[in-house]
Amino acid sequence: MDYFLTEEQKLLQEIAYEVTKEKIRPVRAQLDESEEFPRNLMDILAKTDLFGVCIPEEYGGLGGGVFENCLVVEQIARGCIGIATTFAATGLGIYPILLGGSKELKKKYLPDIAAGKKLAAFALTEPGAGSDVSAIITRAVKAGNEYVITGTKQWITNGGEADIYTVFAITDPSKGPRGASCFVVEKGDPGFSFGKKEKKLGIRASATRELIFNECKIPKDRLVGREGMGFILAMKTFDKSRPGIGALGVGLAQEALDIAAEYARKRVQFGKSIISFQAIQHKLADMAIKVEAARSLIYSAAKYIDTEPKDASKVAAMCKVFASDVAVEVALEAVQILGGYGYMRDYPVEKLLRDAKILQIYEGTNEIQRNIIGQEINKEYGRKKESIL
Amino acid sequence: MHIVVCLKQVPETQNIRIDPETHTLVRQGVASILNPFDYFALEAALKIKDERESVKVTAITMGPPQAKDVLIDALSRGADDAILISDRAFAGADTWATSFTLAAAIKKLEPVDLIICGKQAIDGDTAQVGPELATILNWPYATYVKNVEFLDNSTLKITRQTDEGYAVWKLPLPALLTILKDVGDPRPRSYKCTLRARKYDIPTWGVTDLNLDENQVGLKGSFTQVIKVFSPERRKDKLILEGSVDELVEQLYSWLKEQRIPGI
Ligand SMILES: Cc1cc2nc3c(=O)[nH]c(=O)nc-3n(C[C@H](O)[C@H](O)[C@H](O)COP(=O)(O)OP(=O)(O)OC[C@H]3O[C@@H](n4cnc5c(N)ncnc54)[C@H](O)[C@@H]3O)c2cc1C
Repeated sequence: MDYFLTEEQKLLQEIAYEVTKEKIRPVRAQLDESEEFPRNLMDILAKTDLFGVCIPEEYGGLGGGVFENCLVVEQIARGCIGIATTFAATGLGIYPILLGGSKELKKKYLPDIAAGKKLAAFALTEPGAGSDVSAIITRAVKAGNEYVITGTKQWITNGGEADIYTVFAITDPSKGPRGASCFVVEKGDPGFSFGKKEKKLGIRASATRELIFNECKIPKDRLVGREGMGFILAMKTFDKSRPGIGALGVGLAQEALDIAAEYARKRVQFGKSIISFQAIQHKLADMAIKVEAARSLIYSAAKYIDTEPKDASKVAAMCKVFASDVAVEVALEAVQILGGYGYMRDYPVEKLLRDAKILQIYEGTNEIQRNIIGQEINKEYGRKKESIL
Repeated sequence: MHIVVCLKQVPETQNIRIDPETHTLVRQGVASILNPFDYFALEAALKIKDERESVKVTAITMGPPQAKDVLIDALSRGADDAILISDRAFAGADTWATSFTLAAAIKKLEPVDLIICGKQAIDGDTAQVGPELATILNWPYATYVKNVEFLDNSTLKITRQTDEGYAVWKLPLPALLTILKDVGDPRPRSYKCTLRARKYDIPTWGVTDLNLDENQVGLKGSFTQVIKVFSPERRKDKLILEGSVDELVEQLYSWLKEQRIPGI
């Protein structure tokens, strides 16, 4: 389907897909096995300029928005969402700076990110605070010209690999959710270290680690925005990043469909290619419908979110839920179409299935997304004057 | 520092056709690509540009008008400038006439410190143009280079592959190198460079721009002429021997004897 993209938008897709085709597909199975961090691929992506996709031009970026970011990560996700997650986590890590950081913070950090010289990470989750982010207990205490951070963050993508971390910590415990703030912590800051690297079901090329802050001292100008803005920045970040998670789902589902359709045409049983069986055709048809529906939602929602609407959270949640569910469903059907071969590591679809599952969990579980959408519906209909019943 | 990279557009190697009259490649209707070895030449130049101050990389190609595609590709990966060397009079050039024409272009591009070529082109497979170009310019050159380092601003330390192993050479600039894939994977296209490449107006230099005489270039300026190009017939008289090493030696020896090979 033609989404009437501009020449520039098509070029973003083309360049991202070239990297997928030439550099990512050939190594994805090997990286999945070795669980090795794809540093070399990050260096390759750095040369494409794509790390700067949603960074303003004045900071060395390409000046795109949520939509352009989705176009890029979708294409990388066709190769491997472990690698696409590594790439996208840098975007997630810098969004708080983009949204609430001072000019000085932006000038200091964004150009190196745009050039792909440094990676970033976003650190909110803690052992006792997953879906309930308000339960975080990491503390930041102001002491003269510094903040002193103490606490542990868990399951942080790019942990240990990134140079720049946006970290959420409580500055005023008496204020509840309004007592959280966001800080930039750099690798190498005193008192900042990393825990063990997690072993995962999928996205094994991505690194997930614990961050340990033991009276970590940082200059006070590393505060992003003002004290107390932490959760607002986190939520605003998710409004921008969740369509990107949806786009990862679209890319993965497209890959699953492409592989399944090609395989179904080649595989012969009962003297015919299996695509001639209606049962297989219907599966492929449903997969294709879901992929296109998810893509259409992501593209239009992403463009809408770029206009800074009031209901961005609801729409962003819709993108994330729908496309991640599609990714899991389509990957599962792809395994079925490939039969026993689909279950073997010799073919790429078992990895797609293992990888797809994370999309329903991170950046807010799909249950939490449905909560957001449901609560918003309740509010919207409460405000409505017109009644049908 | 000014580096010139010489690129060649070649036909995709499957389905090559030869013109029965001119005995040269028929290019119509055949997909054209950048000679795969030239990607490494470009990468070697761009790496030097990454690592050193004020390096300018110019990509040049001699070929028909559509050869400018390879220049757009080079610009998209980070070359600063590009020149298309194209003229009907250049058609049918052998390696000498090609090198002669490229040498004229290099002189027009002077000052040039370093010329980098691929190790050979996959259509002609001669590996001659690099060395010939250096010879015409009277520059030192090194072929099959796998590593390039700078000792100072005017001296290279290069490692070249030889039949016996590696040779490490010191080379004064200006010089010419032909490059192996060991220099590193060709980088992807950059978004910013590709946008610039699409708008870049590539100059075309012909016989008059290069102050050349029509008799020195193209088919007329070529010392060699292709008389016939053909696919060798498949030999049917092949013999496959099987068995242990001792048996194989025995079988081969008696076969050679039957053939009355002198000395056996
Ligand atoms: C590979 C990976 C990478 C990650 N990367 C990052 C990162 O870079 N930065 C970061 O900050 N975090 C990261 N996370 C953390 C991730 O965002 C959390 O795992 C996620 O938010 C869910 O939290 P939890 O795992 O503690 O689950 P819990 O909150 O304990 O949830 C368990 C189950 O209960 C459900 N549930 C909980 N509350 C409700 C409710 N109110 N209503 C209905 N259902 C509910 C959930 O949906 C889920 O099914 C990552 C996680 C993983 C696995």
